[in-house]
Amino acid sequence: MTAWEAVIGLEIHVQLDTRSKIFSAASTAFGAEPNTQACAVDLGLPGVLPVLNLEAVRMAIMFGLAIDATIAQRSVFARKNYFYPDLPKGYQISQYELPIVERGRLEITLENEVQKVIGITRAHLEEDAGKSLHEEFEDFTAVDLNRAGTPLIEVVSEPDMRSAKEAILYMKKIHSIVRYLGISDGNMQEGSFRCDANVSMRPAGEDAYGTRTEIKNLNSFRFVERAIDFEIERQIGVLEDGGEVVQETRLYDAGTGETRSMRSKEEANDYRYFPDPDLLPVVIAQDMVDAIRAQLPELPWEKASRLSTEYGLKGHDAETLAMSRELAEYFERTAKHTDADAKLAVNWITGELSAALNQDHLEITESPVSSTMLAGLLNRIEDGTISGKIAKDVFRSMWTGEGDADSIIESRGLRQITDDSELETLVDQVLQDNPKQVEQFRSGKDKVFGFFVGQVMKQSGGKANPKQVNDLLRKKLG
Amino acid sequence: MSISLEEILSISHLARLHIDEEQAGQYAADLSKILAWVQQMNQVDTRGVVPMAHPLDVVQRLREDEVTETDQREKFQTVAPRTDRGLYLVPKVIE
Repeated sequence: MTAWEAVIGLEIHVQLDTRSKIFSAASTAFGAEPNTQACAVDLGLPGVLPVLNLEAVRMAIMFGLAIDATIAQRSVFARKNYFYPDLPKGYQISQYELPIVERGRLEITLENEVQKVIGITRAHLEEDAGKSLHEEFEDFTAVDLNRAGTPLIEVVSEPDMRSAKEAILYMKKIHSIVRYLGISDGNMQEGSFRCDANVSMRPAGEDAYGTRTEIKNLNSFRFVERAIDFEIERQIGVLEDGGEVVQETRLYDAGTGETRSMRSKEEANDYRYFPDPDLLPVVIAQDMVDAIRAQLPELPWEKASRLSTEYGLKGHDAETLAMSRELAEYFERTAKHTDADAKLAVNWITGELSAALNQDHLEITESPVSSTMLAGLLNRIEDGTISGKIAKDVFRSMWTGEGDADSIIESRGLRQITDDSELETLVDQVLQDNPKQVEQFRSGKDKVFGFFVGQVMKQSGGKANPKQVNDLLRKKLG
Repeated sequence: MSISLEEILSISHLARLHIDEEQAGQYAADLSKILAWVQQMNQVDTRGVVPMAHPLDVVQRLREDEVTETDQREKFQTVAPRTDRGLYLVPKVIE
């Protein structure tokens, strides 16, 4: 049986967070009434001319610098010709032979901590199309052109990924870069960050590529992973049955988790690119690139490495935090207000806090438990006032707005029992109530020890200091 | 360099131009002549010449990122064949 290797490349469309469109001065704000932000240029009315937005160019350069790419001193816009109702001009203004960003690279960290470099062929500037609505009307397709002309960069990777997991790691990294740079909100539900995946299979060890398919309509990380995994299995099935993979565009159906054929690519792919005569070549001075480079914010991997040195975090923890700028900032604010170990702070942020945020569909910036409040809780764990277990209850109470850690601990009497004589009473009581288990322990059944600890903790309402309970039990049973 | 009848039909389809078979033959002949004429350029040594992207030797001016367009939907939609609740309606397109 043949061992197959998947070859995956991604094309990621990132909507740039400019105020106005790439070639017109209409607003790009999301969610406006249909066609109220589509001006004469966006509608492709006769006689209009595109005028390039400086900010879109700056953002593309920022991205290029972040991925260590070459910024083209001279780049050219081209027309990509095809007919579709959401593209009123009959062509999309894009870049073809001379894109603004070329030959970048990105490192991803695989599960086994191995670093892998993913090549980025190019990132070019282009305009987004409008939106076609096929479901609203029985006999018509309805068109909203508010989105038409929104600036995009299309980031094209080399076919360097070998599994859906690698593709997701790469995609998440691009996502985190554009969010750090502040060039896109990265909102996948609203279509600000979209992905097409090219997938092909080849026998392991072979250099030549197999025929690829392109999967469209992937608007979440989870869907990208599922769609690629499905497509890998589907292609292996076709190949092992002696068939051939057809080069085509396939659509991912989130309902069934399957991909299905959309249209044959040969015809649709003949876009007849040519330089757009309405736009002159874009020349970028080195001064401008240098100025932008000087203003680049701290990037995810730079932040991860600083967190790791400054707070003594493990590589993996530092990277998890640095994935999101907001999360890392939350961590740093928490760390500033507590003497507790940074590792404890990380565990709470990536554990309890992240779980609660997920459950309530909140972003870290909307957390009802502020970094100061979390720090307050960590301080009480650190100084032994409460156990880690009770701390979880306190956290839930903080989450539902009952106040800060100190007031909750005080009002509910959760302070840990550390008084030896008080604990001794509890321990004696438990031993007295369970003579059978005491007998078992003395005859060598060590496992019963855990039972005693559990009983004492239970009697104390979880407030006994576990270490002291252990010590006392050892002494008494010893 | 010559251009085939099939290519003419395929290009006209992509451009959504209706050309019947008879015309197609004529177009193929005419376009082949044009291509052959342009072909003469291939005799020129163009090493070191930057491909021309625009006949004007000037560079693109950039616009500040400001919203200056106002909503003129009403006006634009007076020339649209069909609209409904602000949407442009076109014959059904099925993917």
